[in-house]
Amino acid sequence: METPRLLDAGEAALVAEFGTTVDPAIHDRVLALDDALRAEPPAGLRETVPTYRSLMIHYDPLVLDRDALAERILSLAARPGAARAGAAIWTLPCCYDPAFAEDIAAVAEATGLTVERVAALHAGAEYRVYMYGFAPGFAYLGGLPSALAVSRRATPRPPHPENALLIGGGLAAVGTFPMPTGWYVVGRTPERLYAPHRPDPFPVAVGDTLRFDPIDAATFAALERRAASGEVVAHRQEAA
Amino acid sequence: MTPRLSILSAGPGVTLQDGGRHGYLRYGITAAGPMDPLAHATANRALGNPLGATALEVSLGGVEVTAEGGPLGVAVAGGAFRIGLDGASLPPACALTLQPGSSLTLRAGRAGAWAYLAVAGRLDLAPTLGSTATHTRSGFGGLDGRALRAGDRLAVAESRPGPADPHALLAPWLVRPPEEIRVLLGPQDDFFAEDQIAAFLAGPWTVTTKGDRMACFLDGTPLTHAKGYNIVSDGIAMGAIQVPGEGWPIVLMADRQSTGGYPKIATVIGPDLGRLAQAQGGTRIRFRAVDRTAALAARRAEAEVLARPVAMEPLIRTDFSAEFLLGRNLIGGVVDGAQASP
Repeated sequence: METPRLLDAGEAALVAEFGTTVDPAIHDRVLALDDALRAEPPAGLRETVPTYRSLMIHYDPLVLDRDALAERILSLAARPGAARAGAAIWTLPCCYDPAFAEDIAAVAEATGLTVERVAALHAGAEYRVYMYGFAPGFAYLGGLPSALAVSRRATPRPPHPENALLIGGGLAAVGTFPMPTGWYVVGRTPERLYAPHRPDPFPVAVGDTLRFDPIDAATFAALERRAASGEVVAHRQEAA
Repeated sequence: MTPRLSILSAGPGVTLQDGGRHGYLRYGITAAGPMDPLAHATANRALGNPLGATALEVSLGGVEVTAEGGPLGVAVAGGAFRIGLDGASLPPACALTLQPGSSLTLRAGRAGAWAYLAVAGRLDLAPTLGSTATHTRSGFGGLDGRALRAGDRLAVAESRPGPADPHALLAPWLVRPPEEIRVLLGPQDDFFAEDQIAAFLAGPWTVTTKGDRMACFLDGTPLTHAKGYNIVSDGIAMGAIQVPGEGWPIVLMADRQSTGGYPKIATVIGPDLGRLAQAQGGTRIRFRAVDRTAALAARRAEAEVLARPVAMEPLIRTDFSAEFLLGRNLIGGVVDGAQASP
């Protein structure tokens, strides 16, 4: 296996870079290293941040020697067959009703598809959570059908609603917090990827798989009430 | 009645910050925490609080506070702010007991962009994800996730008095001229040709007034990229200096997003984060590349300073210049106020 590049990001963070592109095989290696480091964290390890193609490792350099950390990373990354175990498959209810999918008509126009076809394509795909970033619980997803690859907006739209399903630039995302965005809102889920008052504020881990189950507006309203009271309304299944 | 710190007035950008919300970057949660961690820790250390205890981070907008329901021990540390106690001026790093009915003001001064007001005891706030650090963009932490404003009252648990009379903190380590900021090159310095790295280090760069808790924006001769300015997003450390397409470096600070897609030419070393944060708009700075050994030595020196109690001395007179009081310990020895006056 190819050795990761190690890049210092200051004296208290080290980046293990497995590639420069968005690729499930590269991401698998990021997650395998993340799992291995977190299973037996060396003293002085502060936190790790998995992204598309690299793992950022924050550490206390007065406790953990950089070269010792580097050696450990290289040895863990060289382990054969270090595939990630325990990823879950989530089915998130999603409403594509135009009232919840404010920009789906714009996507239909840009792609030459009908609104119904856009919704069906989005709901029919399987997505990998590559990373969180940008805002709390903002999940970047890979797996968007190429027919839905539209450029991002030239100028951002006003804040999207909570728990919006977004697409743009060939990627999909779940936007938990309302934020101005250059992406298009194509649906909404009642599930929350960040719920600070639940025992587990972040149900979905990086590396998990997401599927979307279309629901109508009435079902959305009912599930939204349950989710607002703290219930997890998405369905979780362990990967085979 | 539990004593309370009462906010009589607050300019924009005054927030509550503890040591930061760590451990959740992987979920897109920014750590927040103090812009100048050394000054924040110094104010807490002076009162015997844990170093990461919640304190007020005061912006150039300034603040006026009083105590209610009992006296409060407080300490101030940070930039060269103008500090006033019922109209009498105090040094920019000081500790005192704030009595009900008294007014303590922190106002922007000659230098520095942030000051910290710590309270002896514990500001009683409900943490979010284990931290009280305010991140206004996410709307959580501190008081309802927002900046403080007039009328806010902060209950203080386990309150203790401070020195009976105001004391100056002898904290010469807070004197940090912002003109030179030390960096480690990378993680994406290979996106820049050698002459551009040299131009980055030669500068000078001017800190613009556009900055906030999220980032410090620099003006100067724009840099060019050797292999484009888009990277597949990766993690961002505090102090990362990203160079977007237009070529002006942006230093990402406490409220930065957790990931980003521009190449990062260098990273400010931890001990110089506060030094940079304290640079007011218009300040000209340069970056100096150091190696990890130098960065570690600076970090170790900072840890040693914070491991000891902060020495204080009573104020003989209260109209010392900020330069004098901040630099007092550099002059050496305890000197008589009359001899030392300019």
